Amino acid sequence: MNNSSKYEPVIGLEIHAQMLTNSKAFCKCSTDFNSPANSNVCPVCLGHPGVLPVLNEELVNFILKMGIATNCHIRERSIFARKNYFYPDLSKGYQISQFETPICYNGKVNIRINGTAKTIGITRIHMEEDAGKSIHDFSDNDTLIDFNRCGVPLIEIVSEPDINSTTEALQYLQDIRQILIYLGINDGNMEEGSLRCDANVSIRPTGTTELGTRTEIKNLNSFKNVVDAIEAEINRQSKILDAGNKVNYHTMNYNAKEKTTTPMRTKEEAHDYRYFPEPDLVYVVVNEQQIERIKNELPELHDKKIQRYISDYGLPVYDAEVISADKSIADFFDKVVSSLKKPETKLIKQASNWIMTEVLRILNENKINIDELKILPPSLATLVEIIDSGQINHNAGKEVFNELYKSGGTKAPVDIINERNLSQLSDSSEIETIVQKILSESQAEVERFKEGETKLRGFFVGKVMKESKGKANPKIVNEILLKKLSE
Amino acid sequence: MQIPAGFYQVKKDIESHKYSLRDIMNEYLSRIESNKDLNAFTCVFEDVTSRADEVNEKILNGSSGKLAGLICSVKDVISIKGKPLTCSSGILSDFKALYSATAVERLENEDAIIIGKVNCDEFAMGSSNENSFHGPVLNPIDKTRVPGGSSGGSAVSVAADLCMISLGSETGGSIRQPASYCGITGLKVSYGRISRFGLTAFASSFDSIGVFGKEISDIASVLEVIAGYDENDSTSSEIPVDRYCSILEEDINTETFTIGIVDEYFSEGLNPEIKAGLNSLIEKLRAAGVKIKSVSLPYSKYVIQTYYILTSAEASSNLARYDGVRYGLREVNSTNLEEMYVNTRSEGFGTEVKRRIMLGTYVLSSGYYDAYYRKAQKVRRLIKSDFDRVFHEVDYILSPTTPTTAFKLKEKIDDPLSMYLNDIYTASINLAGIPAISIPAGYDSNGLPYGVQVIGKKFDESGLFKMHKLISNTINSN
Repeated sequence: MNNSSKYEPVIGLEIHAQMLTNSKAFCKCSTDFNSPANSNVCPVCLGHPGVLPVLNEELVNFILKMGIATNCHIRERSIFARKNYFYPDLSKGYQISQFETPICYNGKVNIRINGTAKTIGITRIHMEEDAGKSIHDFSDNDTLIDFNRCGVPLIEIVSEPDINSTTEALQYLQDIRQILIYLGINDGNMEEGSLRCDANVSIRPTGTTELGTRTEIKNLNSFKNVVDAIEAEINRQSKILDAGNKVNYHTMNYNAKEKTTTPMRTKEEAHDYRYFPEPDLVYVVVNEQQIERIKNELPELHDKKIQRYISDYGLPVYDAEVISADKSIADFFDKVVSSLKKPETKLIKQASNWIMTEVLRILNENKINIDELKILPPSLATLVEIIDSGQINHNAGKEVFNELYKSGGTKAPVDIINERNLSQLSDSSEIETIVQKILSESQAEVERFKEGETKLRGFFVGKVMKESKGKANPKIVNEILLKKLSE
Repeated sequence: MQIPAGFYQVKKDIESHKYSLRDIMNEYLSRIESNKDLNAFTCVFEDVTSRADEVNEKILNGSSGKLAGLICSVKDVISIKGKPLTCSSGILSDFKALYSATAVERLENEDAIIIGKVNCDEFAMGSSNENSFHGPVLNPIDKTRVPGGSSGGSAVSVAADLCMISLGSETGGSIRQPASYCGITGLKVSYGRISRFGLTAFASSFDSIGVFGKEISDIASVLEVIAGYDENDSTSSEIPVDRYCSILEEDINTETFTIGIVDEYFSEGLNPEIKAGLNSLIEKLRAAGVKIKSVSLPYSKYVIQTYYILTSAEASSNLARYDGVRYGLREVNSTNLEEMYVNTRSEGFGTEVKRRIMLGTYVLSSGYYDAYYRKAQKVRRLIKSDFDRVFHEVDYILSPTTPTTAFKLKEKIDDPLSMYLNDIYTASINLAGIPAISIPAGYDSNGLPYGVQVIGKKFDESGLFKMHKLISNTINSN
């Protein structure tokens, strides 16, 4: 019996997301990432004597969006607390956070694993401020500190220990990231640290219900690291239990090179944060109207979008998931659909195909995002309609699409078709002439076909298409070919 | 040169060309110089005479602000842009502030001139002004005695006529007690009445800026300017600021209010001479028609414990920022980060500050939080509700400001508990966040002054000005 079935992992994630507010959580400094070091600072975020924090109201609106989107209860009156610890990039010697009364609590999100739904509980979501950045590799003897990030608002999303595999952990993290991006409150960039994750992991013999002792893996900064680190920790704990020993609580570091988890030095983890209510700030008061207003302003989220694409547009699940995986792509798709003169299911599916293949290909090849793609949604809608009408065939359509991209959106599909003479040949008598010509040139193949080698039909179609320079309507070609060959 | 009482008279005299504001400024500068032994000032600003000329000009051409002619000192825990801000601590001995406190900005906008920074206990922790990197301040009435603390320099700068008013700060009596020991008036306002922005934090939920003066009209004028909501302080109140100066001009009908006398405050531990003096004052007030009522504040016996647990807890966190990383003292002979922290803070902080940081760290530690911090928070609410209840029965509470008159230098410095008992009548006010004023009430047989404290309802500073007028008149009518 291997470890993966002998023990059941129990996982909870703590996700820290930097908020895309214009200014910091408690002062008016900019949150711009690209500014020179220590330029977005003031006496407040540098912790000078006598300064006081003033709450950025935008942060409250942002966290309420997340709380409502994840079905949380919203606390009418919540308070901030100080989390006290010494570190050079923590300018005040404490972090302003929320402790006993987080503003959002008891929420849930539904994730799907291979088509099966599972609910992951959200314990709490609270507001806090980020610390600065210590730069250790600038010089051998000195550590430099950039305080631009100090005071940038974060929200921390704490899940219930409802996650039982790395697959679920990954899906949950991806879904939370989607929600954050859909809400426009976080950029979802794990590599740059604007989205970070800690994982609480314990294991228990499969079939039992009592929770094992957990460990906490800190600072996981990519999807891969989250999966690998949890995997490594499950293995580490399994070996401990297999040897008949007990797992002890530790804060763990993850070494991505060796794919191992190791406990932090006891000194590093022996923090007593001495939380107490932040006396410099007043209650955060949220009222019904504010919650209603935010509810109404909430954009359609990822899971709702998928449902809509399936039920309203008749898209396959796969298409719906691929299209909605990126909000800007989904928005583009929605615009294409609304530009269709008749939003029929087959046209919508065609639009989806174009986006999943050609659009994503161009975005990947050119490393651009969809806002930089100059093809306008109505142009793509027109292209889909023209192909559907039989005016041009699919290959000609690709040519039109590439030209639309190259021309930077300055040309209309019809112009390109005329310019390049791409209109499909649908005249039966002309096609019949070509078919006749091909058949008479290929007597041997015709004989073989008549003797039952029907797969040769493709050979004839290919020849006809070539002869017509790709413009013959394949449907008509097929019809005429079958007629002629059965004569 | 004689300087008339009240800055408004100075302004009038300048208008009628009797003298210039520079004359007044020079007089103060020479007094500060000749009273250096008091050690009240930690620094005198260089630009004050030219500033006096500017304001003088404005007075003459009629464009001056509301406080033109006023010359004041500022306790060295309050930030003034570009000026030293030492908090009387070694850890900030070379620090200059990057911005001005809201109260300072408002004073300067109305043409008050700040002549310099004044000494205090380190980070405002102390009751004798002996815990200072700059050395102790002496009481001008008896130089062998303390002026009280922590705003000792503020009290002395006014008591010794080295300026007209002083901005001090309070966490548990740091204005009222030195005012009492130095024979002047000290006003502690309601929590939230004056912005704390720029006041170096000791205990954030207690701290407030306040005013010392000899002339109550000066204090009223200053308060009108510096009080009121400030967007930089979330805990400042939006309740409109009263016209305190006009209240001082109103007649007082002694039959319209009731004064409460707290039984617990007149028991053991109160100097008999102060007790007798205050009892005689109470009798005079009664004779003048004031209703006097005996009231009880049963939770007052827990005031000192509650006060020291909560203020030390907040202080331990507020003082964490002095770590040698960004500004202030840094002990460079350290081989690693932890050593740098330990060496910097061991070197930079004085004994009393360290004591409170340790006490505060202890009461917030996991395992002790519930027993100390959380419990003290509950008692704080009970102490507040004591006052709420009493203020349903009476309009003001009258009490001694301090249990004794000024004590000798070094007398209590090694006995922190006895030092802490100095706050016994004052600290409850900060726990409750209500206003109180110490008014000069008399002298003991050694010629040392003592004050009477009047406590008001939250945001009823107006009432305290009224009571100041009544009590001063009553005392002076002898």
